Parts: sequence; structure tokens; C-alpha cells
Amino acid sequence: MNSQLSTNTYKETKGKANVKHMLSEYGILLALLGMVVVLTILSPNFLTSANMLNLFKQVSINAVLAIGMTFVILTKGIDLSVGSILAFSGIITASFVVGNDTNLFLGIIAGLGAGLLLGAVNGIIVAKWKVTPFIATLGMMAIARGLTYIYSEGQPISGLSDAFLIIGTGGFIGIPFAVWIVLITFAICSILLYRTKFGRYVYAVGGNENAARTSGLNVDRTLMSVYCISGLLAGLAGVLLTSRISSGLPQSGVSYELDAIAAVVIGGTSLMGGRGRLWGTLVGALIIGVLNNGLDLLAVSSYWQQVIKGAIIIIAVLVDRKRT
Amino acid sequence: MTVQPFLIEMKGISKFFNGIKAISNVNLNIRKGTVHALMGENGAGKSTTMKILSGIYKPTEGTILMEGKEVFPHTPKAALDYGIAMIHQELSPIFEMTVAENIFLGREPLYPKVHLVNYPKMYKDTKKMFENLDLSINPKKKMKELSVSEIQMVEIVKAVSYDSKVIIMDEPTSSLADKEVEQLFSIINRLKKDGKGIIYISHKMDEIFRIADDITVFRDGEYISTNLAKDLDQETLIKQMVGRELTDVFPERSPSIKEEMALSVEGISAPGYFENVSFQVKKGEILGLTGLMGAGRTEVAKAIFGMIPIESGSIKLKGEPIKIKEPKDAIKHGIAFVTEDRKEEGLVLPMSVKQNITLTSLKDVSSGPMMKRKNENEVADDMIKRLKIKTYHRNQLVETLSGGNQQKIVLAKWLLTNPQILILDEPTRGIDIGAKTEIYKLMDHLTQEGYSIIMISSEMPEVLGMSDRIIVLSEGKVMGTLSSIDATQEKILSLATANKMEV
Ligand SMILES: Nc1ncnc2c1ncn2[C@@H]1O[C@H](COP(=O)(O)OP(=O)(O)OP(=O)(O)O)[C@@H](O)[C@H]1O
Ligand SMILES: [Mg+2]
Repeated sequence: MNSQLSTNTYKETKGKANVKHMLSEYGILLALLGMVVVLTILSPNFLTSANMLNLFKQVSINAVLAIGMTFVILTKGIDLSVGSILAFSGIITASFVVGNDTNLFLGIIAGLGAGLLLGAVNGIIVAKWKVTPFIATLGMMAIARGLTYIYSEGQPISGLSDAFLIIGTGGFIGIPFAVWIVLITFAICSILLYRTKFGRYVYAVGGNENAARTSGLNVDRTLMSVYCISGLLAGLAGVLLTSRISSGLPQSGVSYELDAIAAVVIGGTSLMGGRGRLWGTLVGALIIGVLNNGLDLLAVSSYWQQVIKGAIIIIAVLVDRKRT
Repeated sequence: MTVQPFLIEMKGISKFFNGIKAISNVNLNIRKGTVHALMGENGAGKSTTMKILSGIYKPTEGTILMEGKEVFPHTPKAALDYGIAMIHQELSPIFEMTVAENIFLGREPLYPKVHLVNYPKMYKDTKKMFENLDLSINPKKKMKELSVSEIQMVEIVKAVSYDSKVIIMDEPTSSLADKEVEQLFSIINRLKKDGKGIIYISHKMDEIFRIADDITVFRDGEYISTNLAKDLDQETLIKQMVGRELTDVFPERSPSIKEEMALSVEGISAPGYFENVSFQVKKGEILGLTGLMGAGRTEVAKAIFGMIPIESGSIKLKGEPIKIKEPKDAIKHGIAFVTEDRKEEGLVLPMSVKQNITLTSLKDVSSGPMMKRKNENEVADDMIKRLKIKTYHRNQLVETLSGGNQQKIVLAKWLLTNPQILILDEPTRGIDIGAKTEIYKLMDHLTQEGYSIIMISSEMPEVLGMSDRIIVLSEGKVMGTLSSIDATQEKILSLATANKMEV
């Protein structure tokens, strides 16, 4: 009876008085909408289907990376190696799908596998050897990049199978495959994060590693897993990018980790661990994408674009601090 | 007699968090040179009111007067400038900095002209402060090297050192040993003589009646009454707090001890913590583990739970030796450990009430890897009801719960694992008297169902009132065992200090 009562009061007050609370909770969604409205007014080319398709394709790579990054950041970690792993996976996949009579499937699996493998190495270094995530993945960032150049001998790999290129260019019911991949990844990861025990472990480890351990959770395995997820998704992003630009470039993905981290942070996930949300990351990636795209359309110089992007990240964090 | 304005007058103060009421329309008047106790159950709004006075929260409504003039302590800094200092219930020192650096944080003594920190002066001043108060803490130690009670003392010294007019103490003694409590009380008496106002929050009744001049009671976020302490007795006070009569604090222990051995610890040692510790707990027994702070009680519990490795000796469950390398193993064997430090080891603060309660029992509220939401909600609501946890919803973040209610969450979490052996480390720290009684009843009830309990506690009445058998530790060694019939406070104390006498 009593708890029933308090549940009701909670809902009532929530419904009526909480404009401020809602605003801070869903503020980034409003920010995204605001940007879309402004750009639609300023540039007639913005809200066209051609530009939207283009925008979504651009966003898809960062979105996939950022979804993986969210898991890592939720555990109070960071993964600086995703850009390099993306390049490594991309070049591996490319090498498998040169020419038209190659095994597409094998190529994709190899690329994903390469990402997963490097992610697992990150996991071991962080979880078992207790190296701080920043250092561990900084090292991996260099290692993976180096391996990419070694494997490709510094040369781009082109002449990829036509079938493979469909991933990056084709679509289904008018929606690019890249977007489908993001949506499916997002759906699976949402289930993983919000509906499984593992998801709970992720939040607990990030929120208080000590308490998680004392509660009998397998902290090491949880940490291992999040770096595997991040690696795997970096591999997926690598496959996607390779298909879209129809070649494996050893220098691709440089500084992509920064955009991924930015998307996560703009999305409201705390770098201190234990607090955050996956849909926010997706919105964060869209905000960065819309910003890039819109500033291009408005012919803002790329120098200024960087300044504006940086400012947006800082503002997002400032606004977010009000949330807690 | 001239009418002197109150040192502090809080009038009609309300505070809402996200539209939900924490306190409404409370009043508080503090007289100069007095100790004003603020009493109430867990979640009554004591800390919230004090956080408003000390600038952590802005009140939603109400005014604050200081010596008759309205003040606006809207930041902790502003409050300090007005002369209001606070010792918080949840301590948050900067662990990587030294004791002196913590005390002088934000007001470091500087060399003239060059404006660099004058470390020698800082350490000298800190040392002097400690000497004046008869404390033996090294100012150059890092905070992380101190024990909880030492950290508490440092926070007290820090708050006093601002030379404020008003000093708020939110449960300052919850982790202090008797000796330190006496030190604190002599500090308080000095402050009183200097005409300061002290606002004192504690759930320990005996303390309140020893030092309080005025007593104000809150209940459910509302102001109930203010009385002179000498006009009140414990029963009336409790009735004002709880809103009903409360009879015995300790339940009659119904004999529940079976012959069957539940856990036996045989000669375990962990160098640096304790050595050659042996004891046994029978099924249905409450074993009290006591001693002075730092006697190694918590460490023994941690060792049993796999948080500290043991070098030699063995642990047997129902006569079978078991291997415990980490908490996971202990949990698997039906051992639960309600840790002493709820912030460090107990709770995941950014998670909700529900998520914390089920954290150790996720396998019971899931099928395969998937969580069973409805099931989890039911289990959590059940615990909230059973332990009378004051929360407006199971999805409330535990960091926004009152201290005592946070403690109940830790307890709930471990009860949910259905342990055979429940280790409780200071289980009622910061818990109000009504809830304490509930917990004691629960302990009694559990033992009747065949649970065994090891209770670590520094509170004598609790040790004496609840234990079937008492083991006294001193400096990592078992000094003796007392049965509940023979045990007296004097006997326990003489065992607890036996080692110290020799040297
Ligand atoms: N930041 C916050 N957000 C939401 N609710 C809060 C917050 N801080 C406190 N509350 C709520 O306000 C109420 C009063 O809490 P408060 O900490 O003042 O209690 P208390 O009297 O100090 O209790 P205790 O004796 O347990 O320390 C509680 O119900 C608590 O959940
Ligand atoms: Mg409190």
C-alpha cells in the first residue's frame, strides 16, 4: 500500500513539475532538432534526400565506433585504438576481396575477427595486467597502425569485388545498408546493455569497481568483454569504410577515435564511468554528422569547422553537468 | 535581560529535488554557545537542511538569518565566509593529498611576494592544531593511509580550524572509537565556551543527552518540535522522532542455536593484519566480534570473504574445508558480507535502488543472460518494504538517498542472496533507532531460520544486546571469548586493551 502510494506520487510529480528535468534529460535531442531546423532554413540543399543519404552514410562509421566506445567509457575506460583497428580490419578485409571471384563472406569475417582479436588484446592488457586503459589503447593505437602498414606494405589495396562494394553503396527499401547496419548494431547493443546481466555488470564496474568485485561480479571478464565489443565494432566500421571508398587504405581512420569519444560524451555518457545511455551516443554521432555536413553546405572553412566542433563538445559537457 | 538575536534562524525552508519534496517548511533556531541536536529518522531531512545552511543546496523556499540579518549562503565558499562550516556525513577527502594539504585546501599559507605555498608553515600549523587537541596524526601522511576514524578526526579539525561561528556536525561519531568521541566532546565544549553554535546530528541517544542543550526533531521532512534537552527524556524524544511508542530496542533473543557447526575458522593468519585467529559459529548463532578500532576485526571478515589473502590456516564450512580466493567464491558458499564502508565497497552510487539491491543476486532475476524485469522489480519492491527503505521509487539513484537508507540498501542486497552465514560489519552505523530495532529483530528472526551471523560492532550495547557469544580481538589476536551471560562492558574492554597494557 505504502510503496504503491509513493510510486504514484513519483509519477504525478514527474508528469507535472519536471519540465526542467526533462529538458536536461532530452536536451541533446532538442539540440539536434534545432540544428536541423536552422540548417534547413539556411541551406535549401540540406533537407534533400540526396544529402540525407550522404549524411547518414557519413555518420554510420562514427556511429558504429561510438556505440562500441560507449561500453568502454561506461566502465570508466577509453579506447584510443579504434581508428587504427578500423584501418587494420579494413586492409585485412580488402586483401581478401580483391577481384570478383573471391569469398566475400570470408573477407568480412576476417576483418571482424581482426578487430575482435586486437580488442581482446586491449582487454587482456587492461583487465589482467592492470594497465590503465588510456595507456593500453594508446599503445594499441600505434601497434595496430604499424601492423596495418606492414600488412599492406604501405600501399592501398584496390580492385575490390563488385559484390563487396554493395555493402557501402547499396541499400534495402531505399535505406542504405550502412544505415541498416547501424540500426541493427544499435538494437543488439541496446538489448545487451539494458536487458542482460552483462549490461548491468558494465554499469556496476564503471560505477564502483570495488563494490562490483565485493558483490561477486566478474570484473575482469566484464572489462575484457567491453574491449572486445569495441574492437569488434571497430572491425565492422573498417569493413564498412573499405566498401564505401572501394579500397583498403592503410592511412584511413586517423583520429576517428576522437569523433567517437566526442559522440559518446555529447550523448551524455560520463567519462567518470557508470553513467550514460546508448541512444545519447547515437544522437551525439548525428549531431557531429549534421554539424560536419551543414558547415560544408554553408561553405564554412574547414578551419572554422574544427573550432566550432570543439566548442560544441565543451558546451555539451557543460550542459550535461547540470543533468546530475 | 536583553533579547539577543539567534545566531542562526532558518525560517520556512523547503527543498524539492526534481519536483519531489525532501523537506518542507522547516524551522531551526540556534542559540550562541550551545549545542543544538537535530534528530529524526533516516531520510527525515536533517542532512538536506544542513546542506542548505552550508551552501551545498539552494533552498526552494525560505530565509536564513544570521544574528538577525538575512544571509544567502549559496555556495560552500559563501557559507564559510559567513562563518558556517560543516563536517559532512559522507566524507570526501582528497585521498592523494596529505593531511595538512587537505586541511588547508583553498587557503594554503603562501610565502609573501612570490605567492608559492609555504609548506613548512602548513605542516607546522597542522601539527600545532593536532597537538592542541591531543591528536597523534602525522600531517605529512597521505589521506589514503589513514583509518576511517582518523579521516573523520581530520575533517573535524579542518571544520573547527575555519574559526567559524557555526559548526555543523553531521554524524561525526559514526566511525569514531570511544576515546576519539571523548576528544570530540572536549573540542565541542571548548567551542561552546567560545560562544560558537554547534549543530549536532547523531543517531546515538546517549551522546545527545550528554552534550545537547537544545533538541529539534524532524519527521518526514517536516519540523516537529524544539525543546531544551533537560526537558526531554529518551522515550519522549523517540516518540517525537518515530511518531509512535517504541518499546525494547533489543528483541528478546529466542534460543535458536543448533549443535551443528556452520563455519569454523582455524588458525588463519594474514601478515600485517592478524595472526592465528580461530573461532567457530554454530548454526543459528550470533557471534559478536569486537575490539578497539584497528584490532583487525574487519580484516578477519575480509579474509573470510576472500578480499584479503590468508597465508596459513583454514576455513571450514559445515566441517568441509573450503577455498575462498575472491568474494565470488564466498558468495557461492552462502557467505554474505555487509561491508563497513558503504561508499567504497557497498554501493554503486550512480545506480538505482533496485539495481543495487539485485546486484549480488542477478542470477535469480534473470533467465540465461537476459534480465527478468518484472521479477526484478518485484524482488526490489519487496526488500524496500521489508526493510522500510525510504525511497520514492525503486528507480531512485542511491546517491540521492539519505545515509541511513543507503546502509539499508547494502543490507538488502546481501539478505537477498539468502546466505547461510551473514557477516555484518557495523551493521547499524548511521541507522535511526526505529530501523535499528527492525534490524535486530531481523537478525533474531534469521537465526531462527538457521542462519548464522557474525557481527562486528564497536557499539557496546549492540554487542552485548545481540550476541550469543563474543570474541574480543586486540592487535590482530584473539584475546578471549565470552558467553552472553558472562559478558559485561568491563570484561570486554579489559580484554580489548590487554595487549596495550603490557607495552
Ligand atoms: N540529491 C537528492 N536528490 C533527490 N532526493 C534527495 C537528494 N538528497 C536527499 N534526498 C532525499 O531527501 C530526503 C531527506 O534526506 P536527508 O539526507 O536529508 O536525510 P537525513 O535526515 O540526513 O537521514 P539520515 O539519518 O539517514 O542521514 C530523503 O528522502 C532523500 O532521499
Ligand atoms: Mg543524513
